[in-house]
Amino acid sequence: MSDVAAKVKAIIVDKLGVDESEVTTEASFTNDLGADSLDTVELIMEFEKEFDLAIPDDEAEKISTVGEAVAHIEAAL
Amino acid sequence: MELKRVVITGVGTVNPLGNSVEEYWKNLKDGVSGAGPITHFDASLHATKFACEIKDFDPLQYMEKKEIRKYDLYTQYAFASSEQAVVDSGIDLEKVDGDRVGVIWGAGIGGLQTFHEEVRAYKEERPRFSPFFIPKMIANIAGGLVSMKYGFRGPNYTTVSACASASHAMIDAMNTIRMGKADMILTGGSEAGVNECGVAGFNSMRALSTRNDDPKTASRPFDKDRDGFVMGEGSAAFIFEEYEHAVARGAKIYAEIAGGGMSADAYHMTAPDPEGRGAHLVMKWALEDAGLKPEDVDYINVHGTSTPLGDIAEPKAILKTFGEHAYKLSISSTKSMTGHLLGAAGAVEGLASVLAMREGIVPPTINHSTPDPEIDEKLDFTFNKAKEREINVAISNTFGFGGHNATVVFKKL
Repeated sequence: MSDVAAKVKAIIVDKLGVDESEVTTEASFTNDLGADSLDTVELIMEFEKEFDLAIPDDEAEKISTVGEAVAHIEAAL
Repeated sequence: MELKRVVITGVGTVNPLGNSVEEYWKNLKDGVSGAGPITHFDASLHATKFACEIKDFDPLQYMEKKEIRKYDLYTQYAFASSEQAVVDSGIDLEKVDGDRVGVIWGAGIGGLQTFHEEVRAYKEERPRFSPFFIPKMIANIAGGLVSMKYGFRGPNYTTVSACASASHAMIDAMNTIRMGKADMILTGGSEAGVNECGVAGFNSMRALSTRNDDPKTASRPFDKDRDGFVMGEGSAAFIFEEYEHAVARGAKIYAEIAGGGMSADAYHMTAPDPEGRGAHLVMKWALEDAGLKPEDVDYINVHGTSTPLGDIAEPKAILKTFGEHAYKLSISSTKSMTGHLLGAAGAVEGLASVLAMREGIVPPTINHSTPDPEIDEKLDFTFNKAKEREINVAISNTFGFGGHNATVVFKKL
């Protein structure tokens, strides 16, 4: 697992209160990990803070799984 | 329309004297102070370095880990006392008609710590607010979230009248059931103001005691050397229930909510009317609402915050309302032990009144040593030691900044 993936996973475990084993690459924030719309916005903000980058709203809307988040962050770094 | 009768069938609390009703009562009757050095934050630079904090609160007893992060502490306290009250009432959540159960809550401030943390983070860490900033901070969210937990779809709102908030909530809860709009209302209040903003804000008003060398004796209502209130925190919850509904399901009944009064001082932003006119009106109207005479009252749990002005005005109002009977009343300020729970004060003190009635014991006003010549010494403030007394009617006074006054009348069934 890449460094980015490990950090993303840790943020998700902390913010959504889920078990680490549930945070798979394919897992959807809302369908699999119990996030609501507010949780999703908060996750994006935490990613921005952790990786010191800005994710515009139109791009944030396309991020719905763990893998999509990791890919977007890795591409932006 | 004939008004229905309203009774209390469940109670719960977390407050500086205990995390259960029985622990609370034991410490109340034993005259224990809940004050100590502030542990919630570093108060070394604050004028006041102590408060009545809740001890050993474990939110995981009442909510999921992921909820804790989303719920301000004032909401966590609401969840704790509400769960205790629901369990105590013996309501079968599977069978109860959730459409007929409401939640009317009281909070004076709401998520003050959340507000502080978010504004700080906005300035120092990121130019955006968390999506939970607003829903976590607003003063009505505790009551909303509690309704979601239990599926209570009846009337739901929160009253905000500073230190009278919970009493207003309880009066509205009573009236809602009286009018037949609900069978049960979960009511009470919660507050979590022991934080930097709360302590510094009240310090600036010179409202808090600064007796840092002896916190346990700082809350000394009606004592000549009182120097301000001591901040408390926590919650108390009640299940108010329509009398016939309670009887039909064989519920345990603590007391009847016989009436309530509401008035305003219309005098000053924070100072009480020195003659206690609003305080007199609210007690008078509460008794009228309950269909009782002043002579029927045995015990008053007073607002008595240990501030220089408030503790003079309230006894004047009692004398005006009760006349000669004032000297036969038992009076006490349990804030001498719990500190001042602000918007939750009416709930924890209402609970103290109900328990005093159940046990036939008047809890004391502790920390009294020097009489104040401006307060009629013939009034019985139950100084320092609890007193046995049969209580058939008790009233609980709460007065808030803004001049809001509320009095709740409890009656033995």
